[in-house]
Amino acid sequence: MDGLNIPLNHILLVSSLLFAIGMMGLMIRRNIIFILMSLEVMLNSAALAFVAAGAHWGQPDGQIVFMLILTVAAAEVAVGLGLVLQVQKRFKTLDMDHANRMRG
Amino acid sequence: MRELIWLIPLIPLLSSVILMLAGSRLPRLMIGITGVGSVGLAALLTLTTGLNFMANPEPFQVTLWTWMQVGSFAPGVAFYFDGLTLVMMSVITGVGFLIHLFSTEFMERDESYARYFAYLNMFVAAMLVLVMADNLLLLYLGWEGVGVCSYLLVGFWYQNSANGQAARKAFIVTRIGDTAMALGLFLLFTELGTLDIQAMVGIANETWQVGDNVALIACLLLLAGAVGKSAQLPLHTWLPDAMAGPTPVSALIHAATMVTAGVYLIARTHGLFLLAPEAMMAVAIIGIATTLMAAFTALMQSDIKRILAYSTISQIGYMFLALGVGAWTAGIFHLMTHAFFKALLFLGSGAIIHCLHHEHNIFKMGGLRTRMPVTFWSFMIGSAALAALPMTSGFFSKDQILLQAYQMPGMGPWLWLAGLLGALLTAIYSFRLVFVVFFGAAKTEPDKDTGWRMAVPLTVLCGLSLIGGYFIIPVQDVFLAGSGDHPAHWVEYVSIAVPLVGVLLAYLIFHTGQLKVDGVVNSKVGQTLRQFWLSGWGIDWLYDRLFVRPYYAISGMLKSEPVDAVYGLIVAINQTFNHWLSRAQTGRMRWYIVSMVFGLVVLLTLALQISPEVL
Repeated sequence: MDGLNIPLNHILLVSSLLFAIGMMGLMIRRNIIFILMSLEVMLNSAALAFVAAGAHWGQPDGQIVFMLILTVAAAEVAVGLGLVLQVQKRFKTLDMDHANRMRG
Repeated sequence: MRELIWLIPLIPLLSSVILMLAGSRLPRLMIGITGVGSVGLAALLTLTTGLNFMANPEPFQVTLWTWMQVGSFAPGVAFYFDGLTLVMMSVITGVGFLIHLFSTEFMERDESYARYFAYLNMFVAAMLVLVMADNLLLLYLGWEGVGVCSYLLVGFWYQNSANGQAARKAFIVTRIGDTAMALGLFLLFTELGTLDIQAMVGIANETWQVGDNVALIACLLLLAGAVGKSAQLPLHTWLPDAMAGPTPVSALIHAATMVTAGVYLIARTHGLFLLAPEAMMAVAIIGIATTLMAAFTALMQSDIKRILAYSTISQIGYMFLALGVGAWTAGIFHLMTHAFFKALLFLGSGAIIHCLHHEHNIFKMGGLRTRMPVTFWSFMIGSAALAALPMTSGFFSKDQILLQAYQMPGMGPWLWLAGLLGALLTAIYSFRLVFVVFFGAAKTEPDKDTGWRMAVPLTVLCGLSLIGGYFIIPVQDVFLAGSGDHPAHWVEYVSIAVPLVGVLLAYLIFHTGQLKVDGVVNSKVGQTLRQFWLSGWGIDWLYDRLFVRPYYAISGMLKSEPVDAVYGLIVAINQTFNHWLSRAQTGRMRWYIVSMVFGLVVLLTLALQISPEVL
């Protein structure tokens, strides 16, 4: 295999960092748009790990799963943005804590 | 004629049904005619049947149909007619008719006129079934029927909750006796295989020796039923409270007929009691104890109806004494004369209460002698008969009882002495009533005198109370004749003299006031004794502590359903957990994520701690 050869461990480290960043964003952000963006980051960190693993073992499966994740993410964004619009319409805010109607 | 005796209970029953269904739409006159007429018709039929029977005194039986057939148990709806039945039926329909007539005036302003006569007619029908029944099961039907009617009539003025209480008390206390009696019937059927009274007594005489234990138990159970119905010790507490009903009801049910059902039951089954001398001894002892207890209590009461109620208990005690010593005829004879003079006294008191704005306290009456002459003479004659003054009806019957009690071997003279004490007390309390109510200064003015519908029954009963002692009741074939010999003459003279002494004492104490008893009454012992007797020997208090309160305590405990507490605990635990867990459901997504991450970290750490080789 030609070209740049990055060790797998480095890529997995980047992937984990991305996942942690996404997770932190999910935990601390209140704006729904940022929550969706954090989700994208987490999805992409997983996709990166798949691609890297597929390249490492010379298997096409990792790239296939990457395509799947890409599709799922696109669909998710489509639905998520629809929800964002509705939330804005209903609650006049994008703050998820204010949209809480449960009384638990 | 003889085949038609079933018409006698049927007519009042039909009238009762008519009044129940259509009573509210009938005019008052029609209600009166139906209610009184049906009993009058029954009385006429009884009279014709009685005359027929006297001409040919052969007991007969009329079977209408078989009530039910279960194996060998086949009680019929059948009536048995003999001299004893005739006496009872005459009292029920005859005195009943007079009391119905009296009621039309007593109750004329009452709203529930039709309901009153419906109940009263139903009572007469049930009582007739009781005395005519050929087997003990049908007798029991009548027995319970009169109990229900008594309940309905005691609580007749149901808007006052105290009357409802009295009615329930009457029903429940008699129920204790009735339960024992039902057990007695079960025992008799298991042992003898039949409940037909005549056949049963015959089989019993073949099966059991005198003194047999099973016979004793059966007789004691029947006695318990009789004690409940006839208000004897220790189940007498309901009768004074039952005076909450209208006064004619007290006269008919709680003096003349229903309360004597126990006496009738024992007399009817005397063949069984003869097999159990101990049971007869118990009857005599209960009778004499009740007589004395009730007489002392009656001496202290101030409510005119309560005096008469305790007097009734006391007189039924005499009947029990008679039955206990085997003086069956004398007991039934006293039942009949007592029905006359006690109905007279109750109706007289009803007239007073009616004309004196429902006043019951004898110390608020007085001087009624000139204002209500008919009632005064009724009371004079009734009290004289009650006190057993010579030549009145009560004299003949009570004298017979005392003389036969004296002749009883063993404790006879003691029973006689106690009976004499009872007779003395009876004379004192009955004439205390007369002197306080009718003599002295008037305290309340009557607003009217009795009308003819009250005066006629009073007059007729006066006549019966005077001459009733000369009747010869046709029971010589029913009961074995007693020993013909008479005790010494002095016994008889003493029996005659004692009531006269009592009347004299009452005269000196309550009329002229020459005999001062205030000193004795106001002394410490006198006061205590007075309170004790006034409260009826504290028996109500005792029962309250012994039965009523523990019962309330237990039901109070059970009201909160202690068994359910176990299941309640499970529910409480679940609810607590639910409470805790539902607080975790905040609906905030960030909170969920944080807790998930935190949980994951904790779990991973734990897993790595346990098995580090995974890394």
